[in-house]
Amino acid sequence: MLKIDKEACIGCGVCEDTCTFSAIEVVDGVAVVGDNCTLCGNCVDVCEVGALSIDKVEKKVAADLDDWSGVWVYAEFRDGRVAPVSFELLGAGRKLADQLGVPLSAILLGSGLEDKAQDLVAYGADKVYQIDDPALTHFTDDAYANVFEDLIREHKPEIVLAGATAIGRSFIPRLATMLATGLTADCTALAIREEDGALLQTRPAFGGNIMATIECPTSRPQMATVRPLVMKPNSRDDSRQGEIVKVSADPARLQSRVKVLRSVREESNEVNINEADVLVAGGRGLEDEKGFEMIRELAGLFGGATAASRAAVDSGWIPYPHQVGQTGKTVCPKVYFACGISGAVQHMVGMQSSDTIIAINRDENAPIFDVATYGLVGDVFEILPKLIDRLKDQRSGEGDN
Amino acid sequence: MVNYFLSEEQQMIVDVARQITAEKIIPQRVELDEKEEFPTEILQDIAQADLFGLYIPEEYGGFGGGSFDMVLALEEFARGCVGIATSFAASALGAYPILISGSEELKQKYMPVIASGEKWAAFGLTEANAGSDASGIQTTAVLDGDEWVLNGTKQWITNAGDAKIYSVIAITDRSKGPRGASMFVVEDGDPGFSYGPKEKKLGIRASSTRELIFKDCRIPKDRLIGRQGTGFFTVMKTLDLSRPGIASLGVGLGQGALDEAVLYAKQRVQFGKPVMAFQAVQHILADMAIQLEASRALVYAAARHIDSGVKDVSKPSSMCKVMATDMAMKVTTDAVQILAGHGYMREYPVEKMMRDAKILQIYEGTNQIQRNVIGQALNKEYSRS
Amino acid sequence: MKIIVCVKQVPDAKDVRLDPKTNTLAREGVESIMNPFDRHALEAAVVLKEQYGGTVTAITMGPPQAEDTLRDAVACGADDGVLVSDRAFAGADTWATSYTLAKAVEKLGPFDLILCGKQAIDGDTAQVGPGLAQRLDIPYVAYARKITECVDGVIRLERLMDDGYDEIEMEMPALMTVVKEINEPRVPSLKGKMKSKKMQATVLTAADIGADTECLGLQGSTTQVVKVFSPQFSAEKCMLTGTVDEQVEQLLDKLEELL
Repeated sequence: MLKIDKEACIGCGVCEDTCTFSAIEVVDGVAVVGDNCTLCGNCVDVCEVGALSIDKVEKKVAADLDDWSGVWVYAEFRDGRVAPVSFELLGAGRKLADQLGVPLSAILLGSGLEDKAQDLVAYGADKVYQIDDPALTHFTDDAYANVFEDLIREHKPEIVLAGATAIGRSFIPRLATMLATGLTADCTALAIREEDGALLQTRPAFGGNIMATIECPTSRPQMATVRPLVMKPNSRDDSRQGEIVKVSADPARLQSRVKVLRSVREESNEVNINEADVLVAGGRGLEDEKGFEMIRELAGLFGGATAASRAAVDSGWIPYPHQVGQTGKTVCPKVYFACGISGAVQHMVGMQSSDTIIAINRDENAPIFDVATYGLVGDVFEILPKLIDRLKDQRSGEGDN
Repeated sequence: MVNYFLSEEQQMIVDVARQITAEKIIPQRVELDEKEEFPTEILQDIAQADLFGLYIPEEYGGFGGGSFDMVLALEEFARGCVGIATSFAASALGAYPILISGSEELKQKYMPVIASGEKWAAFGLTEANAGSDASGIQTTAVLDGDEWVLNGTKQWITNAGDAKIYSVIAITDRSKGPRGASMFVVEDGDPGFSYGPKEKKLGIRASSTRELIFKDCRIPKDRLIGRQGTGFFTVMKTLDLSRPGIASLGVGLGQGALDEAVLYAKQRVQFGKPVMAFQAVQHILADMAIQLEASRALVYAAARHIDSGVKDVSKPSSMCKVMATDMAMKVTTDAVQILAGHGYMREYPVEKMMRDAKILQIYEGTNQIQRNVIGQALNKEYSRS
Repeated sequence: MKIIVCVKQVPDAKDVRLDPKTNTLAREGVESIMNPFDRHALEAAVVLKEQYGGTVTAITMGPPQAEDTLRDAVACGADDGVLVSDRAFAGADTWATSYTLAKAVEKLGPFDLILCGKQAIDGDTAQVGPGLAQRLDIPYVAYARKITECVDGVIRLERLMDDGYDEIEMEMPALMTVVKEINEPRVPSLKGKMKSKKMQATVLTAADIGADTECLGLQGSTTQVVKVFSPQFSAEKCMLTGTVDEQVEQLLDKLEELL
């Protein structure tokens, strides 16, 4: 609990200004703490007269922290395919492992894994633990968490990373609870603290308006899920050597109380434009329906969605659900590409709160540049194909060459 | 906004209606207007929120509220869309005659389903030759054994085709003049009862407007509302009750237009500053706000006056209808002026608001007829002393 | 059927910004709302109640003012509300929160189904639902997008996946988290609002739920916030210059930082 020394407090209000959560205020010349205090300690650091302190709670630190060693990456396998985020995690995990001077292992669970473990080695794993069992054909939270738990308890890795995908975000929290350890969801950055080798996990909160760096000081493993497309995979290197350990799971642990009756694939490119992290929007400058093919391609490269100005929708180049603006949707993606959109007020009210706006327009005086984070003056038909080509280069350089 | 000291219950009505407006009406109003589509789902949402029973006594499954409660809900809906609000209000208009003059049996039969929103009602008064002059009614009802037989056509009936319950006025004895008209309940599906095609309108295009066509339409004898010959009395009482509702549509619409105009004026930059900074603009907005608040105050006062149980409510009821609906026309026109070119485009909602405003000065008694009512009331008042 | 819905009071996230100068949340005009995903969970619960009968209890952990969210839940069809509130819960991470909620749910007695929103819009962690299921040792499915039926102690549903959906069958008691696609939440009804005004939430403290204090709040948390900061985005506009090729290269660099 936050303690306030009323004698020492001079009521200067610095703590009030510093509190991220508006949990402290100065009343009658003395700081008073409210219920929404999260004990983050920001106020303690800034208090010049030392009136604030946080009772050091004696947290039980697991006695065996030092016994845990190694970095693990969950390689998500479904339908005969390893999810791309797994390779990205191997890239990130490799850096962490090298910094700590420990091996990097991948965990591969599923049925019909074939030689996928070899791919994981080629992307940076020193060791792959794989369980190939028909009971793992369909993803169920309990079976996957059970066998993963057993592996972790046996081998004691200090760090476990998984993709923040539907599957990762579903069973990894359950796994962390089983292991009585901390998990940071949806990380966008990972780093090792030099002093003690702790994993610093940075993630957005409040819909990306705030970033928080989190650690897991008292228990192991340190677990994190990481957003797809955030980390960079290493280049494939088939000369890499690694050990592949085939584990057979305890049948009792493969039992699930959840039955998957049927698994249906829906290949839909229609991402809800309100939910996409990256939106690529086109306007009148695209000239016709064909222009939107570039927009779709670019959006596809980011796993994003396509959007449009009213002019483009009214011209029939793209249907109404894609419209952003006063009479369309209001969106707030992480990155908004405005391609060939001049920036009429009615469009801008729908997208101006996007985190980053990249505007591409021929007219350097176009109002869209007033809200743009980055502006490119030029012909969309020249810039977009170049950008698409270069992005493809990058991807294939990191991917299957 | 001025504090009108709403009770806790009244504030709840406002909150519920406001949430429906924000979450259901505003996101759909453009499409419904554009497609001239009846707001079936939104009316279902309103039903689920218990608002169809707002003015219906508790013994019939309603909330037991009065005119003021209705005014509060309608104002909020109209802030989003007068077309949708009209569809909601028209059900009340169809229910009032039964509530005012109907037998206990009729009330038991129809009020609970109207209160729950399971069925919507409508009101059939206007005809080709009977607009402001209700004495021109030509639809007739003749008693034949245990059934009334209706013949004639009602024109411009709101909710026609979508409602299931219709309160309809017809001549039962032409020789008795104003005392020769009676009201009946006609149900969707009654033999000989059909609808005309949907009308194409300037505004309130989410509401549906059709003819009611009676060709030897036979209904049971007990569908007569009140005693024979009391039709005009019931109509007048109905309109006395409903007019503050129409007035509140004007208030809600005016508020919606003012909201849009001010927000736009703060955002639109010309000559290097937001147009809000120009007095020419501020004065227009100020006048809009003044007229709006004065109208709201009168509408609330009239509704409270009605709820107090006094006998004659025609004058305040007409006064608030005229003031608030003339205001709505003026304020929405001014809002278009503030938004100027943008305002004239369908991109922004004020164009629709201005189109929607016009009907308020026309339906449920034109504003000219309302002034007649007020004039007559004045004449009467001043002859007494 | 006895259904429990976990709800959370959150600041309306679209309004929340960190003031880069003071590093504090700009909360002016920020309203507290029921976590939007939880509204879908509540709606799913109320629909199940309407179909199969039973009761819906909304439960929340938070400061005393979180009772407002329970009122909202009752206005939208829940039968009653349980507020799990104690100073000792302050600073809880998802691990401590799922512990606390599990203890509270156990205190409430047998249930058939627990529904949660897929995540809260303030933390976006999506961990409390799975954690709670694990602590209660019940089957669990995330991202339910449709409930097909619920008979003889078995619930059938569709789970949204990244590349489609799975049809699932699960024995109850069970827990599931729902996505927005599952339904369109209703607005509160007038009668519900009136009921909610009179509602007295059951308040459970740390002592009431028999919690081990070492597992609560900051002390029981396995994660700790090291620092909070604004995302690093250039506030000023930056016009890229040079030839098309040069501009594209600069943009690629910027994108690398952003994504």
